[in-house]
Amino acid sequence: MKKKLCGLLLTALLTMAVLGGCSDGTGESSGDNSSAEPAYGGSVVVGIQQDIDSLDPHLATAAGTKEILFNIFEGLVKSDEKGNLIGAVASDYTISEDYLVYTFTLRDNVKFHNGDPVTAEDVKYSLERASGLLDGTALISALSPEKGGITGVEILDDKTVQVTVGSANTELIYSFVAAIIPAGSGEEEGADPIGTGPFSFVSYTPQEEIVVKKNPDYWQEGLPYLDQVTFKITGSAQTALMEMQGGSIDIYPYLTDSQAQALAGGETHQVLTSPSNVVQALFLNNAVEPLDNVLVRQAILYAIDKEEVNVFVGGGSGSLIGSAMLPSLTDYYVDLNDEYGNNANVEKAKELLAEAGYGDGFDLVIDIPSNYEFHMQTGEVVVEQLKAVGINASIHPVDWDTWLEDIYNGRQYTATISGITCDQTPGYLLNRFQTDSPKNFINYSNEEYDRIFVEAQKEQDPVKKAEYYKQLQKLLTDDAATAFLQVPGNMTALSNRLAGYRFYPVYVQDLSTVYLVE
Amino acid sequence: MKPGRKKQNPYLIAGMAMTGSAAGLGLLGAFWTPFGTTAMSAAERFQAPSLRHLFGTDNFGRDLFSRVMQGMGTTICISLLVVLFSAFFGILLGALTGYFGGVFDEAVMRVIDAVNGFPSILLALVMISLLGNGRQNLILSLGIVFTPSYVRIVRSEYVKLRDADYIMRARLMGVGKLRILFVHILPNVLPVLGVSLVIGLNNAILAESGMSYLGIGVQPPDASLGNMLSDAQGFLQSAPWYALIPGLAIVWIVLGFSLFGEGLRRLGE
Repeated sequence: MKKKLCGLLLTALLTMAVLGGCSDGTGESSGDNSSAEPAYGGSVVVGIQQDIDSLDPHLATAAGTKEILFNIFEGLVKSDEKGNLIGAVASDYTISEDYLVYTFTLRDNVKFHNGDPVTAEDVKYSLERASGLLDGTALISALSPEKGGITGVEILDDKTVQVTVGSANTELIYSFVAAIIPAGSGEEEGADPIGTGPFSFVSYTPQEEIVVKKNPDYWQEGLPYLDQVTFKITGSAQTALMEMQGGSIDIYPYLTDSQAQALAGGETHQVLTSPSNVVQALFLNNAVEPLDNVLVRQAILYAIDKEEVNVFVGGGSGSLIGSAMLPSLTDYYVDLNDEYGNNANVEKAKELLAEAGYGDGFDLVIDIPSNYEFHMQTGEVVVEQLKAVGINASIHPVDWDTWLEDIYNGRQYTATISGITCDQTPGYLLNRFQTDSPKNFINYSNEEYDRIFVEAQKEQDPVKKAEYYKQLQKLLTDDAATAFLQVPGNMTALSNRLAGYRFYPVYVQDLSTVYLVE
Repeated sequence: MKPGRKKQNPYLIAGMAMTGSAAGLGLLGAFWTPFGTTAMSAAERFQAPSLRHLFGTDNFGRDLFSRVMQGMGTTICISLLVVLFSAFFGILLGALTGYFGGVFDEAVMRVIDAVNGFPSILLALVMISLLGNGRQNLILSLGIVFTPSYVRIVRSEYVKLRDADYIMRARLMGVGKLRILFVHILPNVLPVLGVSLVIGLNNAILAESGMSYLGIGVQPPDASLGNMLSDAQGFLQSAPWYALIPGLAIVWIVLGFSLFGEGLRRLGE
């Protein structure tokens, strides 16, 4: 699995997500208890749904892993809860006018968990490792020289590092969230991760838990509050619910509608709601018969009733989408739901199928990662909708590892339901649809798309850039590249004894601001 | 099973009534159900049992009565095939090993011991993960898991009977081996086998439900009692009938077959 998909991640996480009915939660950054005085100390248990794929921050692929590593590692910059970048290991940075040279000033007194101060050497090593300058293997593809990423890292003085990149890209700065690790430690990170984040690694027991403890030297004054955090891998959503009710899990993100209802009494937990930053879709493999025919793909889009999916699976809490963009990124989002409609158009779908020569329908196997109940339920609804137009669809559950290996990386599938996550840059959701992107698991290929994408990356005027991104979304929709469904809502259970939980517009779990109120 | 000798046997009657009604509903469900078994309706989610929906509806607004009908049919059908498969090979292997003994007997019985050495559900899970999901593979793997017990039962009967006087005589008269095996001895094995077949059916129903509950076996959106139960567990508080109904349906079938088996046993005495 050398090809790490960097970023992306798939994630599915969503999973759960469903959100639903419980609209009393707040979308604000913390719960009702936040007025209480923050207290230091204590430990909490966070329930997570899947095992992590690597403790090495440059190798981790799954969104579910990165959201945890966010607590252990930091890059030169990091995201705050509004989605803006703030300095982390770097206190400041400047970007040259042509967007080809980045100069980072390192923050004073940032220490690794092993007590060593972070030096310019460490930064150089980390960036070179992530971008592949070190040994030719790019661990984070957005930073690789072939993708217009880092071409050179130069140490100007003890506190200043200058990075040159291959092409002008106004969004590249977001890729500098890549973790800074001690120079030469690459081999050991997977077993003994050392970073600069608010928590340091204690232990990892596969399929069981990851334990982290407070980093007393953390550079942000006063953070974190908690002494210890345990990320507990829960077997199933049902056990998680029982553990919450029993008090052994304090925080659990991505609740299903039914779980949220079960917790609704509020005796043990409160339920907070926010948008998930996941684009859920019925992904269609554009290179496989009969989905290589645009008419067939369009027929599928007409056949699908997104509104019904949202109601059945998410209790109506999701936002329907027609392309790969989050509606919350308002500057870049264009509403394309009307192109195929939010409701099914059976007549039109049948017409297109007949025109494509599939008037009698065809068999379609939909692979779905079975650990994600949300996707599985979506599958049941979609299968039913496709049957109405004569497509004999069936569900093939696969486990998560198989999904990553065979479907996401191997592209051995016809259709699959899953989610892709968004980093905070709008380009992040769109770059995977370039013909030669390693993340382009739907095998979408459109020369015009590739061309516009490159233009968009170069464009520095935000208005024009947004215009390009809107064109890209439109192309995806016109080509019926994939059946985009919704951005599900996200409900998180937070124990009544806690406060300070923050939602981010990116896929992370930040525990540094959580504190006990008792 | 000679009707003439049948005395009062409430077990048999109750068992037949219960299994008969379940099988009848299941059979009917294969041809007709009040609503489509996968037809969804946003307006009718989580309806409690009513005249329109006898058993209520689930989270997709599907009619649970229709799904239970289909689920019973699926579950009983799979279980029957599992038992037929395992009984066929059980009789075949049991007869050959029991009657002939020798090296073949030793070899087969050691293999059977090995199969028995694994927890049965685990073994079935391993086989499914090798073979892939699906009904045929479910039947095959459960069939293999269930075969050893029949081999043992049949074999011990054959060992007991192979030296019986009437078999000796048949042999002396030059009756062919096949005829001795399956015409002379087999009918005498049937009473014992009959009871264990019914018990096996029970176990098969529970195993199928268990596997489908775990997400292996019958795949959604097709209904089986096990996967309905699994879907329902998230809604225990908000829609208790959703879990209760497939659960009760399993109880009904299993209890029915148990009574039926008990009735058969008493009949044999």
